[in-house]
Amino acid sequence: MELLLATAIGALTAAGIYMILRLRSFPVIIGTSLLSYAVNVFLFASGRLALNAPPVLRDGVEVYTDPLPQALVLTAIVISFGMTAVIVMIAVGSYLSSDDDLVNDPDADHKKGDAA
Amino acid sequence: MTHWLILPILVPAMLAAMLVLVARYHLTIQRVFSVAGALVLLGLALGLFWQASDGTVSLYLLGNWSAPFGIVLVADRLSTLMVLLTCVLALPVLLYAIGSGWDERGQHFHPLFQFQLMGIIGAFLTGDIFNLFVFFEVLLIASYGLMIHAGGPKRLRAGTQYVLYNLLGSTLFLFALGTLYAETGTLNMADLAVRVATLDAANSAGIRVAAVTLLMVFAVKAAILPLHFWLPASYSEAPAPVAALFAIMTKVGAYCIIRIFTLVFPPDLEITQGLFDLWLIPAALLTVALGMLGVLGAKRVDRMVAFSVIGSMGMLLAAVAVFTPTGVTAALYYAIHSTFAAAALFLLVDVIRSRRGAAGVSFDVAPPIVGGALVAGMFFVAAIGMTGLPPLSGFIGKLLILDAARASDLMWWIWGTILVGSLVAVVGFARAGSVVFWKAHQPVDTAEEMAEPEAVPASVLPMVSIGALLALLMALTVAAGPVTRVLQATSAQLFNPEAYIAVVLTTPGKQINDDHGGEKHGGEKHETEEPKPADNADAIAPAAAKKDH
Repeated sequence: MELLLATAIGALTAAGIYMILRLRSFPVIIGTSLLSYAVNVFLFASGRLALNAPPVLRDGVEVYTDPLPQALVLTAIVISFGMTAVIVMIAVGSYLSSDDDLVNDPDADHKKGDAA
Repeated sequence: MTHWLILPILVPAMLAAMLVLVARYHLTIQRVFSVAGALVLLGLALGLFWQASDGTVSLYLLGNWSAPFGIVLVADRLSTLMVLLTCVLALPVLLYAIGSGWDERGQHFHPLFQFQLMGIIGAFLTGDIFNLFVFFEVLLIASYGLMIHAGGPKRLRAGTQYVLYNLLGSTLFLFALGTLYAETGTLNMADLAVRVATLDAANSAGIRVAAVTLLMVFAVKAAILPLHFWLPASYSEAPAPVAALFAIMTKVGAYCIIRIFTLVFPPDLEITQGLFDLWLIPAALLTVALGMLGVLGAKRVDRMVAFSVIGSMGMLLAAVAVFTPTGVTAALYYAIHSTFAAAALFLLVDVIRSRRGAAGVSFDVAPPIVGGALVAGMFFVAAIGMTGLPPLSGFIGKLLILDAARASDLMWWIWGTILVGSLVAVVGFARAGSVVFWKAHQPVDTAEEMAEPEAVPASVLPMVSIGALLALLMALTVAAGPVTRVLQATSAQLFNPEAYIAVVLTTPGKQINDDHGGEKHGGEKHETEEPKPADNADAIAPAAAKKDH
């Protein structure tokens, strides 16, 4: 279980970073999404893994899982979802207004900017 | 328990929502309410500052849950000082945005501005590190909207880079928080301080990873050298009032470094030894060097100012990284100074851009600026402030930093970098001033020169707000004695966090096993209480118990 989870986090992170380094809007956004999945799973694991255990303690329940990371993950999911929506909108705006989807400044643009 | 402490967060939150919902298409109403809100905030900030000025640490328990379980807001000297700084900065910036008409060039300037204030103030006040992350996101998402306010291809592209960089920063922050929680079982800063102090130094790999990752996250915010790439493009492309407000955003990063690394990972903690001498001071000095070289190498005034912000953050962090009470005092003084100086410069750049016609903010020869004497004079004063020449507060701040650096082993490196860097910055600013204002009498075409003046509407409000920022710089210079005494008390409080921890952890609130508490929260109690006896980072009790099954 630990191995599976660690592998998943590692693979997601690696894929996310690879995509981010592509420096075109769409792959970069996919990359940030993958990274946020990785970090969500990581947060989830920060409360230790417990199988088939309720996240709350009642009388008579001996085995339980930590509920706090689940709350944290929920917050993180909501935030990363909102942020992804924002970056998609800004990237679309940037693409439509400049006709390319490069994330970094193209050289021509740089010179134009300095001359302006 | 009084509710004063949460008002600086609630007021802008409510106001922003109201502005969007009610006054969406009424710019005048938005302006009136936005300014009124900023004034109320200033009043609240002054009240909180006064309340904390005798050294009391006041606490607000959200939902009245007692400390490690509920989220807390804490107002000590440092938080209230930073909140006050934010509110003092917000008012002239807002007036400038209104006076220059920036707020009518796109939608929702005022609601976003209020949300931005809410996020910044919340980040300063919170006593819970996950809540700090949430407030970071609040201030970031508002800043994304403000950054691309009024649109334009270059601004949108700079905005994309800015958002992406900060998304990665947020992801890193979450990784750090996950590690921190896995190692300590708590996210309350005071509780963290207690538990980190009991961790076994021999078995501290996880907590050290968390400390370094946190430092990296805050370094992204503070634009320290390898992580500064987002700043020049964002700050120079952002609308001027937004760039001026962003002057406080880098200070949020500096604040977090000061807060976390005096409270949770104090300088004498064994497991994080060498973090500052080895990493932060060299990084800060390289930041100074890069910022000042950028000032010299920039081809446009707005980029030059953005690089001078990087340089000033380097100086600030060099003072912080010495991690003595005098160092933090100097850093705080310089933080206040550089916030006002950078804001004034960004606003002045906008004035220059709007009055200089086609030449804009480039270092090309252009017809003289309309009303050039006043603008030139203000630029001169702001540049003196930013580069740290006498007699303004930048000089005093720099003296304090140099004085504090005497305690460090790297003293000569710090002195050398800061002094040479300042000289380079002086040259850079002098070049900008002379090209933009002195070499201006070479009109390409006489008719064009005559036509230019009428195009510019004479507005008083922008100049008044820039003047107010410069007046604040001068006030900071004149009142350097009293201000430094306040800051000394602030850093003394920071280096004796026992009172802070005691207030947070002993103030009674709803307990989880109360009769009123309900069984729903029973699990949390056991989760967070049991790790306490565990001395070893790895052997957190419930985790060990669970692994057996």
